[in-house]
Formats: sequence, C-alpha cells, structure tokens
Amino acid sequence: MEFTEEQINRYSRHILLPEVGGKGQKKIAKAKILLVGAGGLGSPAALYLAAAGVGTIGLIDSDVVDLTNLQRQILHHTSDIGRPKVVSGKEKIAALNPDVIVKTYEERLTAGNALKIFSEYDIIIDGVDNFTAKFLINDACFFADKPLIHGGILRFDGRVTTIVPKKSACYRCVFKTPPPAGLVASCQEAGVIGVLAGIIGTIQATEALKLILGIGRPLTDRLLDFDAKKTLFREIKVKRNPHCALCGDHPTITELFDDGDPFAGCAVRP
Amino acid sequence: MQVKVNGKSEDIQSGSVLDLLTLKKIDPQMVAVEVNDKMIDREHLATTTLKEGDLVEFLFYMGGGR
Ligand SMILES: [Zn+2]
Repeated sequence: MEFTEEQINRYSRHILLPEVGGKGQKKIAKAKILLVGAGGLGSPAALYLAAAGVGTIGLIDSDVVDLTNLQRQILHHTSDIGRPKVVSGKEKIAALNPDVIVKTYEERLTAGNALKIFSEYDIIIDGVDNFTAKFLINDACFFADKPLIHGGILRFDGRVTTIVPKKSACYRCVFKTPPPAGLVASCQEAGVIGVLAGIIGTIQATEALKLILGIGRPLTDRLLDFDAKKTLFREIKVKRNPHCALCGDHPTITELFDDGDPFAGCAVRP
Repeated sequence: MQVKVNGKSEDIQSGSVLDLLTLKKIDPQMVAVEVNDKMIDREHLATTTLKEGDLVEFLFYMGGGR
C-alpha cells in the first residue's frame, strides 16, 4: 500500500513523529477498530480515529439519535434526531475522512452476534452504557482474543483501562459480576457532564492508536479514574486475578452469556 | 490508626474491611475492594483486618458510556 500525495499531506503531522512515520501511518491505515456504541464515548473515539486515518471503523448501535443525546454525543447533529446512530455516524466519518471504510451494525450486541463481529476487528472499544453489555464485551474480547479499551462515565467521574486478554487484568478480575440491578441507577436518572465523554472517549482512542503503533506503555493493569470536579486523575493498580471466573486458573465461564439485566442501568457511586 | 482510602489518609478504628464499608455506609455488593494492590474477595471482607498504613481502594462500578 502506498500513500497518495494528498494522504501524505493529510497525515503529515503523524508522519513527522519518529514514533509514527510512514510505517506507523500504514499500520493505522490497515487497522480495524470496532466501536461498540456510537454514543458518548463512541463519538469522540470515532472522530479522532477517523481523523487519524484508521482503515476500518465498525459501528454497532441499535439506537436512533435522540434530542437528549446531543449534549455529549458529538458524532450526531440536531438534524440527525430520529435517524439511526450508525447511519449518522457513518456520514460524519465519511465527511471527515473518506479514506476510512465504515461498517455499520444496526443491532444490539448480544452473546449470539458478538464473537462473529469481533473476529473482524483488531481492537474493540467499549462505549456502552449498561453492565450487561460491558461484561459481555469483556468476555467476548477474551474468547475472541482481542484487546479491549474499556471506558465508563457517570456524573462527574470517568474511568478508562486497557485489557489485553490473558496478559492483563480483565474487567471480571476486578468486578466479578454486574452489580445487583435493584441497587443501580439508570443513566437517565444519574446524569453525566457532557465533556466527560470527550475526555474518556479520546483517551480510549489514544490507547487504541498506541496499541496499533506498538508504542509507549498501554493502560493495562491500571484503572485510570478521572474526577472532573477536582480535575484529578488517579491510577489504581490492578492485577490478573487467579480466581477470575473468566481468565483465572479455573474458569467457570466457558462461553458467552448475557450476565444480568441489560436494562438495569448504568450507575454507581453509593 | 492511619490508612489511605482511595488515596486519602483517614484515621479509623481498627477492624475489618467490612467494618470500614459499614462505617461508610457502602454496600459491599457495590464495590470491588483492593488492599495494598491485592483484590479482596467479597467473602473475605469480614476476615480481612486492616493495619496501620494499609492502602485501601474502594472501586465503584462505573457504567455509563452513551
Ligand atoms: Zn479476568
């Protein structure tokens, strides 16, 4: 694959970086990244990854754009209200960078379709808003052996971590199961400061690019928690848990399943 | 005695991790707990005794993203 002169210009600020160069930019152009959720976290991730020249971006989301989304889901515009998010997202990506191939999946991620879809990508980015989906993505990345960039936002707090299955701590190594449904507030009840989606989603995109380029130190075995009120990042070290039901020494989870109630909501700080 | 809870120094009574959760009115089902970078299984919260200087992390679920 050779870049055209226009592409060399477009990506010149990348190519200038010794850590990227023409070689790294080609790695980016060959990369396939799946965004699960084309909403708050998926929006900035999609836009920055498209701008960066990621070759293939997959968008999976079954929702249509709602007025209440626009406060943070910058992939969608007012004129998109009522349209499928994956359609709106594909248009924005194409407008930003026609080099990018966008594959869309207008469906929910389920235990039934996850592995097949994941198998077509190099890296998976979690931009979903419920625990069933977050655990499903974690488990599917383990079975499909795909690196996962996990993210979560709530109120004024955000969290991001990178999971390389079988090499670093997985989501279940830390949080064994989804929280009990009755104790969890829904995202609609909880609220979120819109800019958090930009901060956390952009860190997720950064982590994905680092993995593609094979540079730096990935955010593995660390949870990076962000407190927007204090403008404070905290890093919490985590380790692979030998008792993990998924990736531990004696796993009890041997196939994909939908853990918990998918409509149980998103929260929580007690 | 002094321990650090989520990075902040706190003066607490000696006791178990579960005692500290109870004091803070945190439902054990809502957190993952790490003491000195080691995950503590929920069933061991009551039997894990905190000591001076321990680093305690209460990791809350953070679920949003849309
Ligand atoms: Zn694990």
